[in-house]
Amino acid sequence: MSHADDHQGTRRDFIYYATAGAGAVVTGAAVWPLVNQMNPSADVLALASIRVDVGAVDLGTQITVLWQGKPVFLRARTPEEIAAARAVDISSLPDQNAENENLVAGADASDENRALSEDGTWLVQMGICTHLGCVPLGEEGDFGGWFCPCHGSHYDTSGRIRKGPAPRNLLVPVAAFVDDTTIKLG
Amino acid sequence: MSGIPHDHYEPKSNFAKGVESRLPIIGLLYTTLTAPTPKNLNWMWIWGIVLTFTLGLQIVTGIVLVMHYTPHVDMAFASVEHIMRDVNGGHMIRYFHMNGASLFFFAIYIHMFRGLYYGSYKAPREITWIIGMLIYIMMMGAGFMGYVLPWGQMSFHGTAVITGLFGAIPFIGESLQTWLLGAGAVGQPALNRFFSLHYLLPFIIAGLVIVHIWAFHSTGNNNPTGVEVRRGSKEEAAKDTLPFWPYFVIKDLFALAIILAIFMAVVGFMPNYLGHPDNYIPANALVTPTHIVPEWYYLPFYAILRAFTADVWAVQLVSFLSFGIIDAKFFGVLAMFGAIFVMALAPWLDTSSVRSGRFRPMFKWWFALLVVDFIVLMWAGSRPAEFPYDWISLIGATYWFAYFLIILPILGVIEKPLTPPATIEDDFNAHYGPKDGGSATSSAE
Repeated sequence: MSHADDHQGTRRDFIYYATAGAGAVVTGAAVWPLVNQMNPSADVLALASIRVDVGAVDLGTQITVLWQGKPVFLRARTPEEIAAARAVDISSLPDQNAENENLVAGADASDENRALSEDGTWLVQMGICTHLGCVPLGEEGDFGGWFCPCHGSHYDTSGRIRKGPAPRNLLVPVAAFVDDTTIKLG
Repeated sequence: MSGIPHDHYEPKSNFAKGVESRLPIIGLLYTTLTAPTPKNLNWMWIWGIVLTFTLGLQIVTGIVLVMHYTPHVDMAFASVEHIMRDVNGGHMIRYFHMNGASLFFFAIYIHMFRGLYYGSYKAPREITWIIGMLIYIMMMGAGFMGYVLPWGQMSFHGTAVITGLFGAIPFIGESLQTWLLGAGAVGQPALNRFFSLHYLLPFIIAGLVIVHIWAFHSTGNNNPTGVEVRRGSKEEAAKDTLPFWPYFVIKDLFALAIILAIFMAVVGFMPNYLGHPDNYIPANALVTPTHIVPEWYYLPFYAILRAFTADVWAVQLVSFLSFGIIDAKFFGVLAMFGAIFVMALAPWLDTSSVRSGRFRPMFKWWFALLVVDFIVLMWAGSRPAEFPYDWISLIGATYWFAYFLIILPILGVIEKPLTPPATIEDDFNAHYGPKDGGSATSSAE
């Protein structure tokens, strides 16, 4: 092989690779905006937190509010519901994680870790079945909590999955009392 | 275009010669219309034309509906009601489009089971089969997105469930679902883009239909005997075939007329029979319909989706082996898509040397059971997710997979098939006598 051939081949190869590489980068750069435009837009992301007045919610009832396009259940639980939820052995639960965004990840699924208020009266959770996203019905199902009519997931009075296809407990969103009768979501 | 020897187009006038030398489009149409077609095709071979017609019906009625529809969460439901009440003839156009989707799926299911029975998927027609499966998947997508557009209760919560399927994928699921919806929940971004894609998909399907036809014109049609057309010479091929025009066009149009008569009766007298009343309630994010089910044509796969719950040992085993990455929810999603995927693999799973089920004594029964299984799954999918329907779904789903993954490969080895006729001509003459067949062939050429 002559020196000239070797030199020429290497240069030509370099041009091929450089062209193909530049072509791939440019194609990627052109396609990415077309993909990324489908991600949530600025106004969707900007949805602020909301304040919910729960002063009119009696024990044993719940209200559902729409927050960031999703339903949130705010329930004032009766002592019986709280007692039922606290009597459950955590090791028997399908999902033993609290799924509470107010706590550190990995907190166990005890009722105390899921309820918003210290006494356990207030339970605030996303009204979205962790299976495929239907809205569960309150005071239904085999465990007296929530029941998802879509595929038959049963949640207990603490919103924990007990039976059916859903993999996780109902998620507890970031929430806090700002005064005695107002809960701030987000 | 066709691998079967036949006459090619010879332009006669100077004008035709001029066009043909510049763009051979007359020759292409001629070759397509006069494609040599096995003369023993039975009534199961009409569904391709029905499907092509229905695609045209959906595109035409769809374009018209878009002239009156508004893809906005606050106006979509009202604009559909506007079509139903105010637009001249709007209610009929919408009912045609709605029930046209049902006709489309009804026809494609028969078309698919026809292919499964007569071995149309087998070599050398694998590419035709795969393109057909792609068309079917696109149809499922188009049908789903179309159902979202009226923005009723079923539209809204169906979208939540179906996009939730993608959310079940480990690691990337949630961001994928958010990307699909353009938000954390179903809303305006989802409606807007589904509208865009619902308009796009039928045209992709139309393109695939052309490729589908191109593929089976290259291999030649399958036929009820599964015996190939003889290709030794033009004369030999002509004994097995008739040109598509006029013989099969007239036959197909006759069948289409009967099917359309029934279709018109459904559209005219019971247009909402196949729908769900809940979709005439405007979408409400706070309440899920008590009994949420997809349209009838998705039910078999919906039943498979729901069948695999966490208490099924196979699900527990897979979950254990994958260190919990594949949970019951993702398993169900995999099973649903897998049920379609195994169908697409049929050309490579079927080991039998005989193509048509007509000559496979054991296969016939397993195939019949598959058809029953499909109908049972459809029924189970429409029931609530509770005992005994969950068990019926599980048994049905198991058989669906067993048919493709176990029975098809094994049958080819253990079954002793009957001997198919040597030629299509023999089969035809056995039914109709040699005279009719002979005269028809000579007059055609």
